[in-house]
Amino acid sequence: MSAIRTAVNEERFAVTDRLTGRLQSLGTPEFGNETSRAGAVGPALLCPVGPDDWALAAEAAAAQGCRWAAGWGDAQGESWVVNALLEKSGDYLLLRTVLPPGRNDLPSQTPHFPGAARPERHVRDLLGLDFTGHPDDRRWVRHQAWGEREFPLRPDFPLAGHPPAVTAPDRGYGFASAHGPEVNEIPVGPVHAGIIEPGHFRFLAVGETVLNLEERLGYVHKGIEKLAEGRDPESLARLAGRVSGDTAVGHAWAACQAMERAAGVEPPERGLWLRAVFAERERVANHLNDIGAICNDTAFAFGYYQFSRLRELWLRDNLRWFGHRLLMDRVVPGGVAADLPEEAISAMPGAIATLRRELDELKPILDEGTIFQDRVVGAGVLPERIVRELGCLGYVARACGIGRDVRERAPHAPYDRLGIKAVTRSDGDVAARLYVRYGELLASLDILDQCLRRIEPGPLRAAWRDPPENAEGLGLVEGWRGEIATYVRFDGTGRIARFFPRDPSVFNWPALEKLILGNIVPDFPLCNKSVNGSYSGHDL
Amino acid sequence: MNNLLSKIARAGIVTETFKPLTDPELDRLGAELKAVIDGRFAGSLAIRQVDAGSCNACELEIAALGNPFYDVERYGVHFVASPRHADVLLVTGPVSRHMQAALLATWEATPEPKWVVAIGTCAAGGGEFGVNYASCGAVGNVLRVDAVIPGCPPTPTDLVRGLLSLISR
Repeated sequence: MSAIRTAVNEERFAVTDRLTGRLQSLGTPEFGNETSRAGAVGPALLCPVGPDDWALAAEAAAAQGCRWAAGWGDAQGESWVVNALLEKSGDYLLLRTVLPPGRNDLPSQTPHFPGAARPERHVRDLLGLDFTGHPDDRRWVRHQAWGEREFPLRPDFPLAGHPPAVTAPDRGYGFASAHGPEVNEIPVGPVHAGIIEPGHFRFLAVGETVLNLEERLGYVHKGIEKLAEGRDPESLARLAGRVSGDTAVGHAWAACQAMERAAGVEPPERGLWLRAVFAERERVANHLNDIGAICNDTAFAFGYYQFSRLRELWLRDNLRWFGHRLLMDRVVPGGVAADLPEEAISAMPGAIATLRRELDELKPILDEGTIFQDRVVGAGVLPERIVRELGCLGYVARACGIGRDVRERAPHAPYDRLGIKAVTRSDGDVAARLYVRYGELLASLDILDQCLRRIEPGPLRAAWRDPPENAEGLGLVEGWRGEIATYVRFDGTGRIARFFPRDPSVFNWPALEKLILGNIVPDFPLCNKSVNGSYSGHDL
Repeated sequence: MNNLLSKIARAGIVTETFKPLTDPELDRLGAELKAVIDGRFAGSLAIRQVDAGSCNACELEIAALGNPFYDVERYGVHFVASPRHADVLLVTGPVSRHMQAALLATWEATPEPKWVVAIGTCAAGGGEFGVNYASCGAVGNVLRVDAVIPGCPPTPTDLVRGLLSLISR
């Protein structure tokens, strides 16, 4: 700081000093405690920053060891409000700047937080804001569906847009290139060979060894942020449940939590316990799926069939007890829309015990599978340094020894009563990401047992009441992929003015570009599956 | 290895007989299906799945067709990696405008005769997303659709039933 201070106008540091003071107070009891709504966007403390100090604030935050957790813009009247969410030790700080009418540039925070690179490009494409000093001037979420000078999140842009009859394929994106007699360029996608989401990967390979990988995403952008505008809370929760279909509970919970914090609505106890039941059941189903799929990508068909069998049984229980295999639309504003039936109370503990026993049986089989181990151990190693630079989340971070878990670090009800300990490994390879999932499966089964023991009779859902104009809130939930951060702002009629859901994949996708380096192209599906980023949740 | 073999022995065969197939009407359809597949496709029907903008829930349920409970390959239905090998395109999602050209190119690459099946509420009618600046809505807005299997997402059983009714008509 001091070296820069000598070179820059002293006055500009007044703001940064205030920020630094606040950042230093991170971890103190009053921080994050919603004693005063002024200066807070529950549960984060709000820190206003002048536009010219935007990058300095990021620099100060980086120096304090903060993690850059999300960034989004919001067109309010003639002005643009830009937000950056920071986290340290489970406390959240929201940096906010307001651009005066007519100004459309802001210093980039990417030089201080590399994980901000794509989110800033997303804001640039959708809002038309220039981030000066950003290292990458290529468009990101914008392909060809709307014009270069059209910005869908501006108030004057109609939801219907002005699309051509047939949108041209994306051309002219400046992929990194390398030349030489040994270098091959391998384009993959957007239509992939399996039953998975679309996106494009561009490999540069020397022989079979990956020299560089560049992701080109945005293919499933379907206008979620714009579509949310004007929705009522119920219909926003439905949309949130489809941000990423495998995270129906996680995204709906984060959106409802944000709306409830904005409106001051407290879900009843039983509703909260049921949300945890749904979230843990979702985590279990997805981890079973991923472990099976990782086995499949190593041609270990036995593992794929066993884990897909366990997942299917689990989903059938979801359907039988809660009415939907993937638990969509079960988390609603104010609580939940499905109760715990008598049948589940009597049968779920047995199903949990059976799954635990099967997992205990399968683990030594994976451990002893020499061909399987040969593929997963040492493949796709992600250095811990990259996790910190990019702000990676969930099992991707935890497999590198960084125990980021909202349920442990910033526990919201009912996790605050459960004492969660994040599952970690340290090797950062495909095996570590697999075994973190394994550990989390067992931990989730314990959580489910506790939920069942502690859930009491009571109402499922609190009455909704419309919040005042511009009421805003943040939802922070540990989805099965990691922290989900969702921002909601209301208009004056109880409807949504701004919705921004940030899936953990936003920070895990760039990690894939790093962990694949030096691996062979045929190991890409395996490495990719071990990260399993959401395309839909990323593209919005 | 002993663990593995004993696990295989104890798990046994879980492949289920579909209830719809024990239904006399569907038994008849199933027999017709088999006849159609045997006659036109030499015993197998190749499917290429295309996610044209879905939230990924439909993919999860289509992928579940490969798990040991459904194991659709036993009906002569199999999923292929290229549209050039496919008889049927299973298309999910509202078609995002960014995927429109890729979907059309995939359709072009599929040899005649070919069928297009729209899978899920979004592919059927746009769902939560509808038509907007980024979404073309229903698959039918982009391609001629031969059959629709609704549901958000359709369950694997819905998918099997839908495929049977498409192929046997």
